[in-house]
Amino acid sequence: MNLTIDVSNKENTAYLTLAGEVDAFTAPKLKETILPLTREEGQTVEVDFANVDYMDSTGLGVFISALKSTKEHNSEMKLVHMQERVYRLFKITGLTEIINIESTVQGGM
Amino acid sequence: MSTLKLDLENYKELLKEYIRTKDEQALYQAEQFSKQSMQQKISPDEIINVHIQSLQEMYPEMPDYIQASLNFLLETMISYGVAYQEHQSLREKQLELKSEISVAANMQKTLLSTVKPEIDEIEIGALSVPAKQMNGDYHHFVYDDQGTLGIAVADVIGKGVPAALCMSMIKYAMDSFPEMRMDPSGILSSLNRVVERNVDSSMFVTMFYGSYDSRDHTFSYSSAGHEPGFYYHQDKDEFEEIDVPGLVLGVSAETSYTQYKKKVEKGDMIILLTDGVTECRQGDRFIEQEEVLSVIKSYAHLPAQEIVDQVYKYFERLQDFYLRDDFTLIVLRRNV
Repeated sequence: MNLTIDVSNKENTAYLTLAGEVDAFTAPKLKETILPLTREEGQTVEVDFANVDYMDSTGLGVFISALKSTKEHNSEMKLVHMQERVYRLFKITGLTEIINIESTVQGGM
Repeated sequence: MSTLKLDLENYKELLKEYIRTKDEQALYQAEQFSKQSMQQKISPDEIINVHIQSLQEMYPEMPDYIQASLNFLLETMISYGVAYQEHQSLREKQLELKSEISVAANMQKTLLSTVKPEIDEIEIGALSVPAKQMNGDYHHFVYDDQGTLGIAVADVIGKGVPAALCMSMIKYAMDSFPEMRMDPSGILSSLNRVVERNVDSSMFVTMFYGSYDSRDHTFSYSSAGHEPGFYYHQDKDEFEEIDVPGLVLGVSAETSYTQYKKKVEKGDMIILLTDGVTECRQGDRFIEQEEVLSVIKSYAHLPAQEIVDQVYKYFERLQDFYLRDDFTLIVLRRNV
């Protein structure tokens, strides 16, 4: 499976729109895209998950790295429109407590 | 050089024979010749060279343009020859790596091996199968003389060699903890600090730690973001999710883990697993939790070890014997 990543910028926010699957094959590409964005002080990185129907734990690793990087560089990260299956992964691993996740779709608790 | 010369004579004879008879037998020998040449690492351009020389000897009157076209072909093939040699040396390297990894995998097996304790009060079934050579899942049993059974089930995110190295580190950290502090929440907090300090930022570990007291049949447990296990009530023939909040190991140094306690009734089971079990897929379809549970339920009457073996076989078949992720399943059942 594939993952497409679209990046656009508006004022202090970088919008990342993902479509496809985040797994061991696609995670490196995502990491290369997202990490540099989190290194800009004062920037918010907003990731749209509406079209991500599968993510495995390698994908979680990318967002953990990104989160750590936002702390180091005084930036912010926000994950939006997450499907229930993907949200479950963040929930089980306790990451919903420390990552800003907003407006889940399809009854994502 | 002598072997090549011999080959040249041989090739010339074969070629002569074929031109004369156009016989299948000669073609077959040509195939044998090319196989032998490959064994001796002779590149394709060398064979063309041999062909040109043979033709020159056989037909000294060969027209110029044929001679020229053959030289042209020879030049064109030289890059193939180089590629072929590269391919050969890569193949050798690959074999070398493969054998090194299998040595490492064996070492890992020895390092991380755990003995399933034989305890009258608790029946244990455990199975862990790596998707690739090295296992990123880990489980460990410790049984002390006070009658407490400690069980760790962990999953390192990331697969293959880095995950396996990380697992070895965790195992040694656990071995070094003083036995006094063997309560689940304490163990997870200590491990969290070890992982946070030592592991790459995108790597993390999920772990469930449980401690079964065989004297009063209570089960204490904490979870660091691990896939929820299940508690099976024999009287109701029902499962209850062991859903415990807790952040994965290695994300934040100041994490603490809540500890829970549960009374275990006779015949009831505790089922622990990794996401290799719950993330099974059949083609593009995900296996839902209910299906995992109904499969476990259908084998619930069997001895604990047979339950885990049968459940594994079921999902292995379902996925056409191709494991996407390491698979670990543990069943504990109170016997008396």
